[in-house]
Amino acid sequence: MNTKTALSSKRNIEFREVSFHINDILKRLIVSAISLEVPEGETLVLLGRSGSGKTTLLKLINGMLLPTEGEVLIQERSTRDWDLIRLRRGIGYVIQDAGLFPHYTVAENVALVPNLEGWDARRTAVRVGELLTLVGLDPTEFAGRRPRELSGGQRQRIGVARALAADPTILLMDEPFGALDPVTRAELQREFSALARRLGKTIVFVTHDLREALLLASRIVLLEAGRIVASAPPQEFLRLDHPEVRAFTSSLNVMPGASA
Amino acid sequence: MSPQLTTWSFFSEHRDEILGATLDHLALVVISMLIAILIGVPLGMFIVQRPALRTIALGIASIFQTIPSLALFGFLIPIPFIGGIGKRTAIVALVLYALLPILRNTYVGLTGIDPAVLEAAEAMGMTRAQILFRVRFPLALAVILAGIRTATIITIGVATIAAAIGAGGLGTFIFRGVALVSDALILAGAIPAALLALVADFLLGLLERRLKIS
Repeated sequence: MNTKTALSSKRNIEFREVSFHINDILKRLIVSAISLEVPEGETLVLLGRSGSGKTTLLKLINGMLLPTEGEVLIQERSTRDWDLIRLRRGIGYVIQDAGLFPHYTVAENVALVPNLEGWDARRTAVRVGELLTLVGLDPTEFAGRRPRELSGGQRQRIGVARALAADPTILLMDEPFGALDPVTRAELQREFSALARRLGKTIVFVTHDLREALLLASRIVLLEAGRIVASAPPQEFLRLDHPEVRAFTSSLNVMPGASA
Repeated sequence: MSPQLTTWSFFSEHRDEILGATLDHLALVVISMLIAILIGVPLGMFIVQRPALRTIALGIASIFQTIPSLALFGFLIPIPFIGGIGKRTAIVALVLYALLPILRNTYVGLTGIDPAVLEAAEAMGMTRAQILFRVRFPLALAVILAGIRTATIITIGVATIAAAIGAGGLGTFIFRGVALVSDALILAGAIPAALLALVADFLLGLLERRLKIS
């Protein structure tokens, strides 16, 4: 295998009339008739309640799920036609519980994809140092630690560093800050928002938190029961007249004094 | 042999024989365990990838475990090639006994891994083989070792019964002692067997704790 990142300059994600259902007797639809384009450099936030199909859309992008109908195109090639191992190594992935390998040190966790891709040791070590600094952790202090010796926020930072290690063009994030305490969450959201602007990567970010969506998104796509019901940049999104949008915006106003 | 003969003087007079039987016993256990590990661990890894075979493999292993040991030895004797009187039959039976704990713990260890870790491994582009050998296996090692430890203790115990089919070992003293109503003879087999089990349990327990990853 070559050591170059699989995804090159033609970087975009496109859903063409995508449906996905669980292949059981009920043929329950998880998402249906999704058409969506994510241009290069966009931070697209998939917003929706639990079970609205957000995570399913994310897994359709890196081929962990394949569409029942329609096609998901990454760089104009269907996920059915991709070598999925190559595809995934070119797409960063961050999940709620970080999913760090407990038997690896922090450095080994961050170096996961570079090692899979056969980078030489020096290049990998330099990259790990860069990334730890990028996510705000001192390499000399953290490189040798084990995940169990980290706080939730630190683990999530390592999760982001690991996802970015091989410089993927696409970054998928599934409620990455969802399990953190509110203070740490706000801190990571602010830092990640700045980082995302700086990196210029195509990011698809799943959340059920409108506040987080407004902070990070260049566009918000709202899902309800497996369908897209709204799609707009953050400032326009708040003015949309759709019952599910109103359900979300009214959730913002529950707390007195809270503002978006 | 005088009935007044104390256990201690019996021990010191027959030291070489007891030591020899202990080594025989140990050899029986070690050979059986090595074979059981070489079958059980790869089989456990295989059934993780093939869920359809899981029930069958674990079911068959449980059947062997359920058959009383003396009966299992009895069943094996008339079977050609593997059966007959002697060490070979004993090893076959001991392997069948040791298989279930090893197989089950290998399976449980490999499947009991934090789903977030497995999801991340898949999403980062690890192949199934890489996930098995670099993630599942190292994380399951402590659980697998716990199975090996249980199997070893069982094997040390069952191996004493293997003397009944001429496999030698410490059971020889116990059976002879029962026949001759000699406490000294019984203890000459029972004490080293118990010590073997305790020492094996302690050492493997130590290793297991070192491999445990929280």
